[in-house]
Amino acid sequence: MLSNERVRGIIYQLLLLAAVVGVGWYLISNTLHNLATRQIHVGFDFLGREAGFEIAESQIAYSAADTYARAFAVGLANTLYVAALGILLATVIGTLVGIARLSSNWLLSRLASAYVETMRNIPLLLQLFVWYGIFTELMPPVRQAIAFGDAVFITQRGLYYPWPQPHVAWQAAGWALPVGIALAGLWRRYARGLQARTGRQLPTALPAALLVFGLPLAAWAALGAPTALSLPELRGFNFRGGRALSPEFLALLLGLSTYTAAFIAEIVRAGILAIDRGQSEAALSLGLSRSQELRLVTLPQALRVIIPPMTSQYLNLTKNSSLAVAIGYPDLVAVANTTMNQTGQAIEAIAILMAIYLAISLLISLFMNWYNHRVRLVER
Amino acid sequence: MSAPDELPPARPPDERRGPFAWLRTNLFATPLDSALTLLLLAFLAWIVPKASGWLFIDAVWGPQPLAACDAVRGQGACWAVVWEKFRFMMFGVYPYEEQWRPAIAIVVLTGLLVVSGFRMFWNAWLAVIWTAGIVVTFWLMGGGLGLAPVRTEQWGGLPVTLILSIFGIAFAFPLGVLLALGRRSKLPLIRAFCVVYIEVIRGVPLITVLFMASVMFALFMPEGMRIEQLLRAQIAIILFVAAYLAEAVRGGLQAVSKGQYEAAEAIGFSYWQSMGLIVLPQALRISIPPIVNSFISMFKDTSLVVIIGIYDFAYAVKKSVETDFSWKKYFIEAFLFSIVIYWIYCFAMSKYSQKLERDLAHDHPR
Repeated sequence: MLSNERVRGIIYQLLLLAAVVGVGWYLISNTLHNLATRQIHVGFDFLGREAGFEIAESQIAYSAADTYARAFAVGLANTLYVAALGILLATVIGTLVGIARLSSNWLLSRLASAYVETMRNIPLLLQLFVWYGIFTELMPPVRQAIAFGDAVFITQRGLYYPWPQPHVAWQAAGWALPVGIALAGLWRRYARGLQARTGRQLPTALPAALLVFGLPLAAWAALGAPTALSLPELRGFNFRGGRALSPEFLALLLGLSTYTAAFIAEIVRAGILAIDRGQSEAALSLGLSRSQELRLVTLPQALRVIIPPMTSQYLNLTKNSSLAVAIGYPDLVAVANTTMNQTGQAIEAIAILMAIYLAISLLISLFMNWYNHRVRLVER
Repeated sequence: MSAPDELPPARPPDERRGPFAWLRTNLFATPLDSALTLLLLAFLAWIVPKASGWLFIDAVWGPQPLAACDAVRGQGACWAVVWEKFRFMMFGVYPYEEQWRPAIAIVVLTGLLVVSGFRMFWNAWLAVIWTAGIVVTFWLMGGGLGLAPVRTEQWGGLPVTLILSIFGIAFAFPLGVLLALGRRSKLPLIRAFCVVYIEVIRGVPLITVLFMASVMFALFMPEGMRIEQLLRAQIAIILFVAAYLAEAVRGGLQAVSKGQYEAAEAIGFSYWQSMGLIVLPQALRISIPPIVNSFISMFKDTSLVVIIGIYDFAYAVKKSVETDFSWKKYFIEAFLFSIVIYWIYCFAMSKYSQKLERDLAHDHPR
């Protein structure tokens, strides 16, 4: 009977099942026993209790009187905020460095390679420590701030910059921006459809720019064009007014994006190298302009090579933002850590942490897969 | 018939050799190129004297007192901090008189990495060498058999970083191979288990797994049983890296052509025979470069154990300056020292991995 492959297969699976259930049961019973002796109550009802700790910076309203659930939300918002900006910045730096590495200019390509080989061979954590050290220890104290005009100040407590006074016109401009982007998308679709039907080409770049930038500008101007700015001013021991970026945030953002940029640069380089030179030559000989060639021939093919590894770099950056806890930026992990220490609900806190990161990973993968599907090779 | 229009004599071909030709093609090909070159040269002319002055010329070298550093603060780097804190940075809180032991352990473990790079050892010898290296390291660090015992709480510095990554890959590798095989198995339960394990681990940051090991292991174990902190971190790293190795090996398994699997079955090999004798030897060879790359990222990632308070190299360096108020201001120099050490290991390994990738591609032209 053991020589039957199907029977053996079933036996193997049953053995695995038994092992998983056995180990699981053993660990859970130990855990329940340990929790009982330490008188820790299992469950997620602690989330509704008052957190009682302050969070230094937050994208949503929060005070120590709010619940643990809200504290987690603040941590999540901070994680997403730094990850989103980091992805943006890393993509820009990485693309520039990747193109620079392919430059025919010897000096530029050498400098770009030196950047890549330095950054990606140093642990991110150490890079964060150095950035944090630079922003806290090497920057001047508040009273001797490095000033750019009377508007931007750099001190060891962070970067202060002006911000418009709250006004309804700014809000309107903020709402007009997505509307403009949507309208630009519609216009592009219409122009493409028209070209496909009749062969007539309509301009798309200029109208799109007008819609995206002009609409918010018009909304702002229509409601009185307020120009009042809130400027950071030294009052007492610190700056008031304007807006500020904390040294923790700056260190994390720059550390994450310059590190990930080194990997993105390699991906971009590989993507461009993967395209046969004949492709762009063929496009040019068909009479396409240089920008059309790039937009319609080279880039779509390069993106196909670039997107899958780029996705994993975006995921890495998001996961690496958890290193924030080492330099004191209040991200999700830092909040969970504080919660664990205060409540002793370690299992629940870690479970929440893992579930949220898994969800983020899944969402980014789904989005990038959808995008990848859009740019895939359509074989006829 | 009029003479055909005479073409003007062709210009002599451009100079293609010599330093001037090189300069023209590589630095001054177009006006834009020239402008870029000049801009970069200006930048270098500004930064290089500044940087080399601070790093080398005006820096304080050798075992100098704190006052020597304070005298040039701002102008020159204080490398004296490395001399002052060298023992603590390298070995953490390991007993001072016994520190020759971790020093030898560093040599043994680094030697293990170097030896693994030679392809003549890519056979059963590799397993023998690694087992011997790991046993010797463990004996040197932990003591016993004539050496004074040292508890893992006192281990620290560079040996811990090397141990976490090298022990990590040694134990994660078999686990990773099993997971990769499981993911391609025909048995649904085994496949589901492996897929869930790999995807969950790859979806969460290492920190959360380290937290789990650090906080939850204590709850998992029966009352009274304690696992040392270092061992917990080591287990977490093994479990984490196994998922990434599994994906590296899976890539290799997919690259082995179907005919190989079928041929193995056709001559009556069992599953384990065909995997062990036919498929894995080929698959592992293909997956060596991604495995090396996983090892490099693991080597860098071991620094995350700082967050759960283990004295690896990064933490020893951090603590060495943080705990001494008078030297604290020279933290940048201390970090730069550790960065250089990490960089040497990672750069050597990544260059090796790139060379290997080229060599292996050459062996199996596709």
